[in-house]
Amino acid sequence: MAEEIDIIDQVTQSDYKYGFVTNVESDNAKVGLSEDTVRFISAKKNEPEWMLEWRLKAYKAWLQMTEPTWPNVHYPKIDYQKIIYYAAPKPKKVLNSLDEVDPEILETFKKLGIPMEEQKILAGVAVDVVMDSVSVKTTYKEKLKELGIIFCSMSDAIKDYPELVQKYIGSVVPVRDNYFAALNSAVFSDGSFCYIPKGTRCPMELSTYFRINEANTGQFERTLLIADEGSYVSYLEGCTAPMRDENQLHAAVVELVAMDNAEIKYSTVQNWYPGNKEGKGGIYNFVTKRGICQGINSKISWTQVETGSAITWKYPSVVLKGENSIGEFYSVAVTNNYQQADTGTKMIHIGKNTRSRIVSKGISAGKSQNSYRGLVKVNPNAENAYNFSQCDSLLIGDRCGAHTFPYLEVSNKSAKVEHEATTSKIGEDILFYCNQRGLSTETAVQLIINGYCKEVFQHLPMEFAAEAQKLLAVSLEGSVG
Amino acid sequence: MLSIKDLHASINGKEILKGFGLEVKPGEVHAIMGPNGTGKSTLANILAGKQDYDVTEGTVTFQGKDLLDMAPEERAREGVFLAFQYPVEIPGVSIANFMKASLNEVRKHRDLQPLDAVEFLKVMKEKMRFVEIDEKLMRRAVNEGFSGGEKKRNEIFQMAMLEPTLSILDETDSGLDIDALRIVANGVNKLKNENNAFIVITHYQRLLDYIVPDFVHVMYNGRIVKSGGKELALELEAKGYDWIKQEVDATV
Ligand SMILES: Nc1ncnc2c1ncn2[C@@H]1O[C@H](COP(=O)(O)OP(=O)(O)O)[C@@H](O)[C@H]1O
Ligand SMILES: [Mg+2]
Repeated sequence: MAEEIDIIDQVTQSDYKYGFVTNVESDNAKVGLSEDTVRFISAKKNEPEWMLEWRLKAYKAWLQMTEPTWPNVHYPKIDYQKIIYYAAPKPKKVLNSLDEVDPEILETFKKLGIPMEEQKILAGVAVDVVMDSVSVKTTYKEKLKELGIIFCSMSDAIKDYPELVQKYIGSVVPVRDNYFAALNSAVFSDGSFCYIPKGTRCPMELSTYFRINEANTGQFERTLLIADEGSYVSYLEGCTAPMRDENQLHAAVVELVAMDNAEIKYSTVQNWYPGNKEGKGGIYNFVTKRGICQGINSKISWTQVETGSAITWKYPSVVLKGENSIGEFYSVAVTNNYQQADTGTKMIHIGKNTRSRIVSKGISAGKSQNSYRGLVKVNPNAENAYNFSQCDSLLIGDRCGAHTFPYLEVSNKSAKVEHEATTSKIGEDILFYCNQRGLSTETAVQLIINGYCKEVFQHLPMEFAAEAQKLLAVSLEGSVG
Repeated sequence: MLSIKDLHASINGKEILKGFGLEVKPGEVHAIMGPNGTGKSTLANILAGKQDYDVTEGTVTFQGKDLLDMAPEERAREGVFLAFQYPVEIPGVSIANFMKASLNEVRKHRDLQPLDAVEFLKVMKEKMRFVEIDEKLMRRAVNEGFSGGEKKRNEIFQMAMLEPTLSILDETDSGLDIDALRIVANGVNKLKNENNAFIVITHYQRLLDYIVPDFVHVMYNGRIVKSGGKELALELEAKGYDWIKQEVDATV
């Protein structure tokens, strides 16, 4: 807390060194997006000149771009001039006991089996446990420091490791990559930065969870992760606890860089507020995630369990540049009620003997729409490239939809590309059969879903996998019967 | 054990069961025979708790409880088992996992501890031998890509696992060759004891060469029109259903 107030002080007391006229004293940016907004954000964050220049370049690029309409999702037109692009991190309201927490949230915590102590931390209850979590965090940071691993907020990285940030930011997802990436580049709020030095194996799962009580990262998160030669890191993003946010539009960018013989495992559990049963009020999640296997024998795996958001637009991708590099994508995407998801991956084979594997499991329930969109591209020089794709859809009930859009662009004859797809349905007959064997409908759905998603879950870190299983059950509750 | 009185039921406004009555006591085997479309599967489904039907009249009591008042899973836990005429496929769930969940649910209801993986496997292997089912099937998803005979044997295997009080076999014999038929019948005969009961729905007499019923009922047009001992089945085999139809239609 003291740290937070400190930051706010620093920011508000800093002078107007960029010749910038907007009132810095106010905590929030004015509604709407202009060059001034970008300057305001950068000034608020006390950023160096190069960062501001980069943001402004992105802003100008964004102005010339148009919002994509190709995804299979439908939503009212977003008015980008009605959004507040920067709100100062507010200290969280401290509650005295769990009794003060929204009972609906507590109910979900219970269903997820989150231990009482953790529930308190997540809900922001002021107890000794919070102190514990701070000390856990501290020991954790010390340990990383010993190994030379950098794990901090993007804002800190910009100040403390400017060479690294300058070298890599936008190197995997260029500013002009797409509309939302350009927007994020102009106005990104904060995010995580991580650097694993040569030959270092990060001994623990790096998790944003440990930063949960730090300042709200905001709606335009920016993450950059670099694994230097021969290093290994497993990174966990998100948390199974339900995440609510008053900001409807979220446009994050995640960039991963793996050098020679390095390996990055990036796991996500996304549980943003999906809106109510009528589909009102959920979050729009437009994310650009991409990793580059820069070096030989490098490997990047994306594993994701997506259950939240009203609208998801997300294609974690791997650019396989280094020879013998490997890209993997394991995904479970669940949609229920009125949720819409258009998600998938891109595997871009550039180097020789590069291999990629795609396992996508879509689950649709209620009146939701779930689309898989995948691109496998093999460049002319990618001798012996190999891709295997497995895209499965599971429908629960008959008012939902599943769609598969696989794209193939193969420009090298020695490449081998295999694609398998299945669609199954959990209908009343199946549920009655299970009921007749003593299983409740919920248990039956859970059993089927767990069997169906096994191949993806086994790539998640253990505790995360167990939580993800429960999360699916909660997300699909009431979707049948 | 089971008492069905004057049961009337319809689906989509069409009355299928028209005053069906049956009393089943522990230790008994009842055979229900009758022409196609007469309502045999409808009866089995209603006893198991399928929702699609409207019960407009009548009562069903099972071990002193109102069966129609229970959810299908409660009925199963109470010991009602239906071997389906057309078993469905359950994607992604191995028979082993499925049966483990199912058996432990039933055990919980009987205040028994759940079986751990080792104990479960032991029981499972034993029961599999019992219905002469290939062990390799156990790792496959339930009924996925099974032959007709394998599906039926899988039903009997599940019955053996759950040791129900009342088992209803809906045309488990249809589509089976003589060997499979013998295996299924042996399964039933070995499970049979003085505390449980069976309702065997069949179209043909041949199953009753292997499972000897205490009572044979002829069902026609939504109710039982004739009951007798095992000789009735032979009579039906010899004469077909027409004489019964004529008898019933004449009295209406
Ligand atoms: N969903 C349905 N809607 C209308 N009629 C149905 C439906 N399902 C079954 N029936 C009718 O109910 C009658 C009894 O069917 P069933 O119980 O399957 O007979 P059986 O098992 O004796 O051959 C048949 O005439 C069948 O056409
Ligand atoms: Mg039938």
